[in-house]
Amino acid sequence: MWSKKELPSRASGQGQDSPMKDDAFVLRVEDIHKKFGTNEVLKGVSFNVRKGETIVFIGPSGTGKSTLLRCINQLTIPEKGRVWLHDDEVTNSGPKISYFRQKIGMVFQNFYLFDHLTAVRNVEIALLKVKKMDPESARRQALYELEQVGMKGWADHYPAELSGGQAQRVSIARALAMDPEVILFDEPTSALDPELTREVLEVMKKLAKSGMTMLVVSHEMGFAASVANQIIFMENGNIVEQGPPDALLYDPAYVRTRKFVGQFADLTQRKD
Amino acid sequence: MEPAGFITDILIPALSQGLVVTLQLIVLSAPFGLLLGIGISLGRQYGGKNLSNICKLYVIFIKGCPLLLLLFILYFGLPSVGITLTAFAASVIGFILCNAAYNSEYIRGAILSVKDGQTIAAQALGMTKWQVIREVVLPQALRRAIPGLSNEFIYLIKYSSLAYMLTVIELSGAGKLVATKYFAYNEVFIAVGIVYLALVTFTTVAVHYLEKRVAVPGMIH
Ligand SMILES: Nc1ncnc2c1ncn2[C@@H]1O[C@H](COP(=O)(O)OP(=O)(O)O)[C@@H](O)[C@H]1O
Ligand SMILES: [Mg+2]
Repeated sequence: MWSKKELPSRASGQGQDSPMKDDAFVLRVEDIHKKFGTNEVLKGVSFNVRKGETIVFIGPSGTGKSTLLRCINQLTIPEKGRVWLHDDEVTNSGPKISYFRQKIGMVFQNFYLFDHLTAVRNVEIALLKVKKMDPESARRQALYELEQVGMKGWADHYPAELSGGQAQRVSIARALAMDPEVILFDEPTSALDPELTREVLEVMKKLAKSGMTMLVVSHEMGFAASVANQIIFMENGNIVEQGPPDALLYDPAYVRTRKFVGQFADLTQRKD
Repeated sequence: MEPAGFITDILIPALSQGLVVTLQLIVLSAPFGLLLGIGISLGRQYGGKNLSNICKLYVIFIKGCPLLLLLFILYFGLPSVGITLTAFAASVIGFILCNAAYNSEYIRGAILSVKDGQTIAAQALGMTKWQVIREVVLPQALRRAIPGLSNEFIYLIKYSSLAYMLTVIELSGAGKLVATKYFAYNEVFIAVGIVYLALVTFTTVAVHYLEKRVAVPGMIH
């Protein structure tokens, strides 16, 4: 619906002039295209991420937000476009993708904890098998990460014994344990009821404050308004508009954005 | 009628010898049947098109072929192409081939039941495909496959008696020889039946214990 030419200048992201060499950016995403059959899901998406920045992605469902996140760590391979972590290309990286996936953590809507492993084993398994850490160090680090998300007391419990909010916090600890430079969150609270949502958002806020670079697909507008440095509004496989929360939530340049954002204002009003 | 001391002097020693052979057949067949079964299920699920099709055809072939016929082919047929096996070896190979095919079906079903998301999450942590299979998929799939695999193991205990058709004197064969010689069919076959029942019961109890040991809260088998 929105071709690239129609985008306002701020939507094209910073640093367009020197996209190849600028270490101020942790992550650069350039012109990502993805089709499923004839369904064109991403139509040339570009943006850059500065160190310590939190970018929140919003937009109607089916717009390609999840696909975009998956293209970043190559769980989905885009037809066209490139992704860089600092100066290393993540796309077309062959077996080195394992390294990039360690550096680009991911947290999912449905947690995807390993059902057969306790919380602490969930966190340490990749430390042992991917990072080849020795068992004592791995256990120590796993417990430390669980402590960070307030789950140390649940270390020996299995996923089935955890609430959704607890499971999601363990999955955040699991991502953190790999010592990532960026974490991708795909609707981390959409499967949770409000109380559990709060406990997960608290952890994410703390993480953002600690300087973690985060890309978050979420419709938690309160979180977006208070934590995001940038909000990106996507629709139909394109970035429609991008900007700081003040501009994008309260003074969007596009009618489409206003309509979408307005929907949420409505919802919260009705709830109150 | 049987002479005095028939049970202690003749029946028990004969059946004991047969039982040892039966146990040898099982102990040699079952582990390889499990390993080959895992291999076939992985080949079918994760192998390329060719490997996947080969595994599929293999399972169809074994399912469609009576085990006795398979044993005859291995023992009587293969020498004509220059492969001569002892009766015992032919039996073990036949049992492995048969056991593996059925095991692979149970394991494949269990692999399909492992939630896709966990595979994706494991990849997102940097695990290679093989690490995902070994650390995430198989530990869950094998747990879920335990009931099916134990059924196959119990079948194996019983169809190991087919080795007698290749002249391997295992438990049933030993019984048959004693029964014929002393004309004591009922006594001997009931005794043989009790031994099989004991083996199966022992297996059932052991599997129950194993299932409890590896049980994980919330993971339905
Ligand atoms: N693996 C897939 N195969 C086919 N179509 C897919 C696949 N993943 C996503 N899609 C399609 O891509 C579109 C965008 O999906 P998604 O990225 O999940 O959107 P969002 O996260 O914004 O809701 C949808 O139409 C969805 O049906
Ligand atoms: Mg989505």
